[in-house]
Amino acid sequence: MSRRVAVVGIGHSVFGNRRDANLPEIAFEAIKPAIQDAGITQKDVGFVSVGTAGGWYEEFLPAVVVAEYAGLTGAGLVRCEAACASGSAAVASAHNAIASGQTDIAMAVGVEKMTEVDILTSIELIGRAGYYLWEFHNFGMTFPAYYALHATAHMKKYGTTEEDLAKVAVKNHKYGSMNKYAHLHNLVKVEDVLSSRVIAWPLKIFDCCPVSDGAAAIVLASEDMAKKLTDTPVWIKGLGISSGTANISKREDCTSLRSGTIAGQNAYASAKLKPNQLDVATVHDCFTIAELLAYEDLGFCERGGAGKMIREGQTEIGGKIPVNVDGGLKAKGHPIGATGVSMAAEATRQLRGQADKRQVPIKHGNALTHNIGGTGHYAYVTIFGRD
Amino acid sequence: MTFGPPTRALKSRPVTFIFDVPTNKISRFWDELQNGKVYGTKCKKCGHKYFPPAADCSECLTSDMEWIDLTGDEGEVETFTHVIVRPPSFAEHDTYTVAVAKMKQGVKVLAWLSGVKLGQAKVGMKVKLVGKPSREGDSYELLPIQ
Repeated sequence: MSRRVAVVGIGHSVFGNRRDANLPEIAFEAIKPAIQDAGITQKDVGFVSVGTAGGWYEEFLPAVVVAEYAGLTGAGLVRCEAACASGSAAVASAHNAIASGQTDIAMAVGVEKMTEVDILTSIELIGRAGYYLWEFHNFGMTFPAYYALHATAHMKKYGTTEEDLAKVAVKNHKYGSMNKYAHLHNLVKVEDVLSSRVIAWPLKIFDCCPVSDGAAAIVLASEDMAKKLTDTPVWIKGLGISSGTANISKREDCTSLRSGTIAGQNAYASAKLKPNQLDVATVHDCFTIAELLAYEDLGFCERGGAGKMIREGQTEIGGKIPVNVDGGLKAKGHPIGATGVSMAAEATRQLRGQADKRQVPIKHGNALTHNIGGTGHYAYVTIFGRD
Repeated sequence: MTFGPPTRALKSRPVTFIFDVPTNKISRFWDELQNGKVYGTKCKKCGHKYFPPAADCSECLTSDMEWIDLTGDEGEVETFTHVIVRPPSFAEHDTYTVAVAKMKQGVKVLAWLSGVKLGQAKVGMKVKLVGKPSREGDSYELLPIQ
């Protein structure tokens, strides 16, 4: 990384069933506060990356529409697609534009409108988030089914239980209820999760994140520019990016996500940090099992230790490493492209000490985001820090 | 702030995508499914085996491949799921079980595990791979070995 890059502005729309706003309108709800938070104008932005998976809304060139509506036309522009990690791909792209010296101020915008098609069409489309030809065409895979394959394998190998999975939902709903931007604010109990409708065994509907609309945006700046703009820059200290095979059958096994593990190792190495130097993490919990896989892939515990971690409350505020205290994808919602940028905004909020009731104690000054596209098809791990 | 259903929305002009997916380069695979047979490929240069079959070797980047017969190959279930909520294009089917199995010939297969009831599938159960010709489209499946 040739030049240091800092987050100097964050913005977030309310996530949820947002059929009151179209694509550029909901993106505007995140871009405007991010620009105001940074204390800049749109003319100062040299490069914009827009993370969005798309396919379920009307626009074919979403980045262009979003940029025009928010007055960002003329800046360098790209749309990033890395499935559910599209937002983190946008963060990485904007980061690289500054690190390389191409520009001094860049924005990463994540946005998705998922409720403009009916839920069955969503299932049809998201089921193709693997290998259409070999997994969907004849076998009708669904996105919950992909993660269910991992849950079955993890339960068999390590004795993880459906109750352990349910406890992830209970925790994340608890914190989601404290987040004004979250889609779901209801609390759930273990029994509610266990008795909810089976979607793809062993996953039940309360093991799954909702289908959400939403947007998030961050402003990034070079070191010189960041110091002019703010007294509380949050630095991007490490980036780790990896990928997994399209065919699930070509993976070594389904008890972990190898891409997430490698991305994590690379992020720790580039930030020169160890997992025990983190104060907080947001990890990709599109399904409850995904959060447990992340604990192990990121080295928060040993292989097979994730069930114990959630049972002992080690990932609550006050525990060993608080995870998804913004509600996670599970309760905050998962507007596909918005998620990675929302994670970056949350890491910044926590490190600035602006997370109100959800604020974790900051000892080391470091936060991690872990954003998975598909079922480990893409993996982005980013480490943020106060210094 | 609460958000209900839209008070106003316009219907977009409809579009339907149906893709013509070329099956030319591995035509024998699709042809043999009609005979109930399942074939993979093997790189003649480096020996890497492919299932699903590939016309090109991702290891050594050559395209000199031979066919390997996997029909009836036995294997062991590594993981599975019962898919209850199905995509609309599978609405005509009953719920189904998808499994990943490791086969004796060294490849792994993701396919429907047929002939088991909900709750009967187990990690480690023995299965075999067979072709499944059908008027609605040829496929392959894993069957339990009794």
